Amino acid sequence: MEILWVLLVPLFGGLLLAVFGTRRFAPELNSAASFCTLVAAAALASRVVAGGAFTAWDEQFFVDAFNVFLVALTAFVGFTTSLFSRPYMRIEQHHGKLTANMLRLYYSMYQLFSFTMLLALLTNNMGILWVAMEAATLTTVLLVSLYRTPASLEAAWKYFILCGVGIAQALFGTILLYFAAEKVLGAGGTALLWTHLNAVKTDIDPTVLSLAFVFLLVGYGTKVGLAPLHNWLPDAHAEGPTPVSAVLSGLLLNVALYAVVRSKVLVDGALGTRFAGDLMIGFGLLSVVMAAFFLSRQKDVKRMFAYSSIEHMGLMTFAFGMGGPVATFAALLHMTVHSLTKSAIFFAVGHAAQESGTQLMEGIRGLIKTSPTVGWGLALGTLAILGMPPFGVFTSEFMIITTAMHGYPWAMPFLLAALGVAFAAIFGRMQLMVFGETAGARLPHPPALLPVFAHLALVLMLGLYIPPYLAEWYRQAAALIG
Amino acid sequence: MNIPFSGQIINMCAALLLLIAFAMLSQRRILSLINLFALQGLILAVSTSVVAYSSHQVHLYYSAALTLLLKAVALPLILHRLIRKLNVKWDVETLFNIPTTMLAGLALVVFAFNLAAPISQMAGTITKSTLGIAMASVLLSFLMMITRSKAVPQVVGFLAMENGLFFAATSATYGMPMVVELGIALDVLVGMLILGIFFFQIRTAFDSLDLEHMEKLKED
Repeated sequence: MEILWVLLVPLFGGLLLAVFGTRRFAPELNSAASFCTLVAAAALASRVVAGGAFTAWDEQFFVDAFNVFLVALTAFVGFTTSLFSRPYMRIEQHHGKLTANMLRLYYSMYQLFSFTMLLALLTNNMGILWVAMEAATLTTVLLVSLYRTPASLEAAWKYFILCGVGIAQALFGTILLYFAAEKVLGAGGTALLWTHLNAVKTDIDPTVLSLAFVFLLVGYGTKVGLAPLHNWLPDAHAEGPTPVSAVLSGLLLNVALYAVVRSKVLVDGALGTRFAGDLMIGFGLLSVVMAAFFLSRQKDVKRMFAYSSIEHMGLMTFAFGMGGPVATFAALLHMTVHSLTKSAIFFAVGHAAQESGTQLMEGIRGLIKTSPTVGWGLALGTLAILGMPPFGVFTSEFMIITTAMHGYPWAMPFLLAALGVAFAAIFGRMQLMVFGETAGARLPHPPALLPVFAHLALVLMLGLYIPPYLAEWYRQAAALIG
Repeated sequence: MNIPFSGQIINMCAALLLLIAFAMLSQRRILSLINLFALQGLILAVSTSVVAYSSHQVHLYYSAALTLLLKAVALPLILHRLIRKLNVKWDVETLFNIPTTMLAGLALVVFAFNLAAPISQMAGTITKSTLGIAMASVLLSFLMMITRSKAVPQVVGFLAMENGLFFAATSATYGMPMVVELGIALDVLVGMLILGIFFFQIRTAFDSLDLEHMEKLKED
């Protein structure tokens, strides 16, 4: 029942906003829909915490500790981003960058995008997972090109073609998975249901399954932004409106990684080897290193943080690839803190760019003078994402690195060098943007910085103290993933 | 070797699909390209219904009907409307080195057959020999997307790739579960509509659908 609400609210919210999206109350309607989704997600989470995993609707939907935690996170960040986008989009409209019709498209697609992500998380059917991931691309293509500038159109085209081709690989992987599973489970609906696959995974033909995983990893990995398939990501993040960058980075990448991890559970369980895990370690490490070195060459602030997202997604992929209770726990924690911190940073960066009238970092100066809250938000957010001690990112990165030191000592120099390079690159630029002299103008609408500080407070809390029920939740999820 | 009549028809359809994939690779006129795409959809629908008839899989009839409606009628119609409205109906692309592209295509076909051989040996379907062709047409559409520099042919290549994947699903496993196929069809249709809007946005911003204008975003 809760599942139905979680899915129906954003779906109908999207349809309603397609009709009423030009009205004055559209931003409030958008936030209200996201808030209702959050309430439904909280109800679903409490049911799973109390009663454990369950399936619904002829087993078409499946909820366990792993996906319910992502559902709650998606609904939460979806809600705070809708709060942020209310003043942000008003300022953009005030600056003449957006028309009322573009805003209607934005609000409607925002809700439908939430719907596709939640569907991808909740479905038990690997085929529907693919359909929802593809739909998530489709709903965001027009959001990336919302400003209709040549650069944003180019970014959106790249996003569509690269993710479309990438995800076609995942479809082939899904076909192979079905082909292998059909021999065990019989033709028909159940051979793509994850719970059934998981139950019989040791009987599935290992050759086909490992081939299927390669295609699934490449396909969904394109959406995670794993190097060398990451080319669409910096462009889409830099050229789209900031709330879209925040949800792409904070949520969509997580959902794509979720799809990879679900496949990994099947394949490593079936093969009894570390084939899938090792592939993920390789791709993850490559992404971390590659992103760190591209980071230092960026001029555009959103592009820089987009590369930082690639780095962190690589780190999570690496940790999931290592497996084991500690690394998986750390990867789940890192998913949470990264998505909270990165969206907070994008919120602050969005307002900073509006004040300075440019996204180029050389044009953004002295934020702390024009609007102290934006400046402090950016400074604290940057410190958090760089893994400074009191924040949660430090905790998860520390756990990942200590586990890697035991199991994969050869990876240490790469990881540490990459984290060091990233630190130097981002920290230096953040200082220049936050402090110094400025000629920036005040914003025509007061910026919404409640989401920024709410996210950072949560990240700080997760660094100092993880509530016991949350820790238990992560532990259960880690046990499921293995 | 004695192949039943329906099997022969399926094999002929597969051969035609491969031929069309090569034709698309070398076709320079946008209009003819879309017609080839429609023909591909039609052959796909015919072969799916023959598979349905000979294997007594009822759900494959539905999926054949869906293919016919979507890929042989709806998508080509949308594409025809688009190129008329965008005034690119008689556009001819300059393709460099068609012979080299064809040779690369041949190499891809050999590769695809080798890749598919172990899988098709395990398959129990009457269509298992066509899996290699399905993979070859996926790879050929991929090659077509790489060699094209205009927006519409790239999208046709993308749709042709989806056709190849669909053919792979029917030849290896008698098709995916119906709910998944419906979802995929919906995605393809919505994707096509969104791309239609998108083409107009690109034309307004760049005054053409040439993707050569869209190479500004790069790392320097």
